[in-house]
Amino acid sequence: MTLKQTSLNEAHRAMDAKMVDFGGWDMPVNYGSQIDEHHQVRNDCGMFDVSHMRVVDIKGKGVRDFLRYLLANNVDKLTTPGKALYSCMLLENGGVIDDLIVYFMEEQWFRIVVNAGTADKDIAWMRRQAAEHAKAHPECYAKSEGGAEGEVSAEAVPPEEEIKRVPNAYLFGDMSQEEAAKLIWKEQDEEGTEKPPLDIADHPELSIIAIQGPHAREKLWEAMPGSKLLTENLAPFSAVVMGTMFIARTGYTGEDGFEVVLPSIAAPYFWKSLADKGVEPCGLGARDTLRLEAGMNLYGQDMDESVNPLESGLAWTVDLKSERDFIGKAALLANPPARKLVGLVLLDRGVLRGHQKVHTAHGEGEITSGSFSPTLNQSIALARVPKEVQTGDEVQVAIRDKMLAAKVVKYPFARNGKGLI
Amino acid sequence: MSNPSNLKYTASHEWVKTEADGTISIGITQHAQELLGDMVFVETPAVGRKLKAREECAVVESVKAAADVYAPVAGEVTAVNGELDSAPERINDDPYAAWMFKLKPDNAADVAALMDAAGYQAVVDSEAH
Repeated sequence: MTLKQTSLNEAHRAMDAKMVDFGGWDMPVNYGSQIDEHHQVRNDCGMFDVSHMRVVDIKGKGVRDFLRYLLANNVDKLTTPGKALYSCMLLENGGVIDDLIVYFMEEQWFRIVVNAGTADKDIAWMRRQAAEHAKAHPECYAKSEGGAEGEVSAEAVPPEEEIKRVPNAYLFGDMSQEEAAKLIWKEQDEEGTEKPPLDIADHPELSIIAIQGPHAREKLWEAMPGSKLLTENLAPFSAVVMGTMFIARTGYTGEDGFEVVLPSIAAPYFWKSLADKGVEPCGLGARDTLRLEAGMNLYGQDMDESVNPLESGLAWTVDLKSERDFIGKAALLANPPARKLVGLVLLDRGVLRGHQKVHTAHGEGEITSGSFSPTLNQSIALARVPKEVQTGDEVQVAIRDKMLAAKVVKYPFARNGKGLI
Repeated sequence: MSNPSNLKYTASHEWVKTEADGTISIGITQHAQELLGDMVFVETPAVGRKLKAREECAVVESVKAAADVYAPVAGEVTAVNGELDSAPERINDDPYAAWMFKLKPDNAADVAALMDAAGYQAVVDSEAH
């Protein structure tokens, strides 16, 4: 099978990346030392190519009603344009189809970023659910009289005004004017075609670059001065549109920073501009240890379709308080969790890994993600254990032919440059 | 870094150096450390343990993964490199200096029969395809 490549594949190779097959994508695992890259992000700033993740835009009248039903977290928390929300998308039985971030762009446009390995499945699920929801609740999608509210709003195009305010927004490094001109957003002409109630379109032509670390903001502004005006007052977990770029103050490392979505043809220029300002490239290896220290779940390891979010440390993302119905809600209410996700710190020498069995006073559990923590200089893990297990308990982990002692701790293990254990 | 020509090698990526006293030192190759990445933990066999050829006897763990290390030939463990307990990254820094354990081989001819540097390079090259 040919591996899929992001727009930065050539750039990674030029930077001596060690490339691996990451779920069918040819991705950099490190550019030398994974541990150095990890510390770089905790202490300064690093950049990651996460273009394998997929951007999905959902547009049309009724989109908020649809997402209220589709997602376990409540999009009604999103009232300010650009605001982001982390949520799971559940099966009827409560199993997790994927975890995602949903951004409120405007009343008829929400943007969702989903995991690479689940993207096609997610989109198929969204389209099927949208069709069924429209059938069951046509009132959510009805056009008002004389208006064109059912149409994709013209406002979806980034306002020309914003482009004027940042005249060089499209220019990176030695990029030519012609290439920059291609970046101007063009709304596809869909006239004459009958539209489904919601337009659910994925954007594999977009790339995503994460700039993470305590100095990420300054580095972004150095690499792209035009961005400062729009991002210096950007609140955490919020995003802003800048021309064809979408800049979110989000990340997967437990550090400050941005995730920048931009057209793939522009991504290599942007990457190079950041590198020229001294931002070190970091691979998916460091991304994994950083997110584990930050106590952030990884889909496919810490949760999947076989478990629900309440047993995956994600109860805080499930809105069971509002009256609203959503897919999976009934199953969650009917099945109180018997297990929970906890943090482990290994007391003996060794390294905790996924799938190792955990023996507790209340029964057996299993590590979902385990690794060595460069910040704490010891091994840490997330483990799913019986719900009676308490913080401070000592448990035994089966590693090869030995049983090693570990302590149950509250996570995150590290954030904002510091260990928390 | 090329593989030193004065060492012997195994297909499971150990290097073997014959010392003046007839014991052999064992470590993992440049290729192996490169595949594994940053080392964070090393487990060595107990001194005095008798090993069969190709028996699992040590473990190296990087941030990324754990890998078994095998006895290249039959013999008895005479020493282990305790320095790697606190500094496993020495394997990354200089894999051919970072020996993990020493064996007194049951039969010196077994050592002579291991692959030389060129033979090992052929193994590495074939894995790349």
